[in-house]
Amino acid sequence: MYAYDEIDRTLVNERVSEFRDQVKRRLSGELTEDEFKMLRLQNGVYLQLHAYMFRVAIPYGTLATKQLRALAHVARKYDRGYGHFTTRQNIQFNWIKLAELPDALEDLSKVGIHAMQTSGNNMRNVTSDQWAGVAPGEIEDPRIWSELIRQHTTLHPEFSFLPRKFKIAITASDHDRAAIKIHDIGLRLIKNEKGETGFEVLVGGGLGRTPFIAKTIKHFVHGRDILSYIEAILRVYNQYGRRDNIYKARIKILVHELGIEKFSREVEEEWQHIRNSSLQIDDEVIEDIRSRFTYPAYEKLPHMPDELRQAAADPDFEAWRKNSVAPHKVQGYSIVTISLKPIGKPPGDATAEQMDALADLADKYSFGEIRVGHEQNLALPHVAKRDLPALWKALDKLDLATPNVNLITDIIACPGLDYCSLANARSIPIAQELTRRFANHELANLIGRLHINISGCINACGHHHVGHIGILGVEKNGEEVYQITIGGRADESAALGNLIGPGVKFDEVADVVEDIVEAYLALRERPEELFMDTVKRLGVEPFKERVYATR
Amino acid sequence: MTSPLEQKKIKIAGPSVVTANRTWDGIVVYRTAAKSWSADLSEAAIVRNSDEAKALLAESAADDVGAVGPYIAPVQVGADGKVEPGNLREQIRRTGVTIGQPAQV
Repeated sequence: MYAYDEIDRTLVNERVSEFRDQVKRRLSGELTEDEFKMLRLQNGVYLQLHAYMFRVAIPYGTLATKQLRALAHVARKYDRGYGHFTTRQNIQFNWIKLAELPDALEDLSKVGIHAMQTSGNNMRNVTSDQWAGVAPGEIEDPRIWSELIRQHTTLHPEFSFLPRKFKIAITASDHDRAAIKIHDIGLRLIKNEKGETGFEVLVGGGLGRTPFIAKTIKHFVHGRDILSYIEAILRVYNQYGRRDNIYKARIKILVHELGIEKFSREVEEEWQHIRNSSLQIDDEVIEDIRSRFTYPAYEKLPHMPDELRQAAADPDFEAWRKNSVAPHKVQGYSIVTISLKPIGKPPGDATAEQMDALADLADKYSFGEIRVGHEQNLALPHVAKRDLPALWKALDKLDLATPNVNLITDIIACPGLDYCSLANARSIPIAQELTRRFANHELANLIGRLHINISGCINACGHHHVGHIGILGVEKNGEEVYQITIGGRADESAALGNLIGPGVKFDEVADVVEDIVEAYLALRERPEELFMDTVKRLGVEPFKERVYATR
Repeated sequence: MTSPLEQKKIKIAGPSVVTANRTWDGIVVYRTAAKSWSADLSEAAIVRNSDEAKALLAESAADDVGAVGPYIAPVQVGADGKVEPGNLREQIRRTGVTIGQPAQV
């Protein structure tokens, strides 16, 4: 966990006071909505279909139990008893009253949580691997660098009025769990031949109306130079990024139109002006941040404790363990993914009761720490293997032990037309029907790793472009129509999916997905060949034929 | 959502109302003939041509403290005079999400 200092606490508290005054002036009519809109957006407040939506940042996806309890408190006291974990390590509350927002923010500020820059044309929440600091083989904990960037960019004037929103993600492992290639800037921690820590820097990724996979702009930037290099990118973007057309304002469009070589030259030139300035990071600064991350006092534990050996006889436990439990860098410990995808429920939602109970379990079994991942699941990062059976039983009672992590029912879905003012079609009912359709865990395991991502509009909050099966809802002649892509992925081999044909109606989506899955099962050469491998080997055509043969 | 300014260019195709969200708590409201806001669609002022719609929208937008983001939304008026939302979006705004909410299921 990271321990915030007095500067952070003062900043957050002053921000709450400032926003309280702004809300008061809005409600009295002293501020018009036009004047107030940017102020509320800068504090994470949107106006959605039914009410105000309040988005809270969870920097690099790390939560202390007292913070999770504070989120539960906000859900219970100010909302309708639940929150929605998003694809960007945030949580959203859907029914909050503007008049009560300052109180909610104040309650959160007591545990170091805020909503700054969770909306608006500024630097958004810096995201990272939800397994940071515990994943075997990572270069080092990427949250140290995420925190450095968070501190530098929070309320930074040059980053507060960008042409559009701006997202940075950091990974430090070979397997990219932070989806860095679909971010405006993606950072991959690496070591150079001298053993120095630095970054491969990627730029220009993003989904939405015009999706792009990020391109490498620099193969190695030393850690001490990373702030100046990021700032150089932002300066070029601020200077050249389009402000006349919202659809062409993201940095991905600028990179595409200039070309990565020219864009890179512009950044390099800018960088040389600021590289050796105060933006160069002293080792002491990094060491100070590093020292503020505390890690558990791990015990020396056996690799295979008796409790785990005995529990292995229970097929239900094994079904859960197989998909939810991952290796930890310390022997005797595991990382446990908590599925927020129970069959038939909205993906990513958690009730206040579940959050409180999960905080209790994290205190008991995971040194008081919880993580939030971009797949809309949670994780307990430090679970002793001997505790896995007891944890599983406790999670099961909370409906948090669905054994579907990375399987076909582990669906990413945006809120869609049920909540979102931008959406054209519903996402959540599609996800619910698909989870019911594939509720048989034996079948789901037979299918293997398969990610379905659903968006209710072209803005792609559900990351449909990079779903192994992607589903995009659009509106056509007053009807919800869904376009299906296959072959997308958001990991280290990130790729955009390919459209398989004309859109299908709301009621047909689950049948189409079933057809695609059946085609895959028939076409794969062996059980170990994953869906993505079959798509890579055969392309879209066989799936297209299967889906449209009878439609 | 189409902004009021853009909507001024739109010709309405049938009976419509002006809807918005109440400022202090965000709930869905409709502009009434009495120049106030109501959470009840049956109390909404119905407009049937573009000039009426533009006028109602302009009057609604002027009440900036009462409600936020007013826009023209289609409705259906039955033979018995009963008013129903004119599309799925407005149906969802009126009756709530089409899925169970976690705290209730």
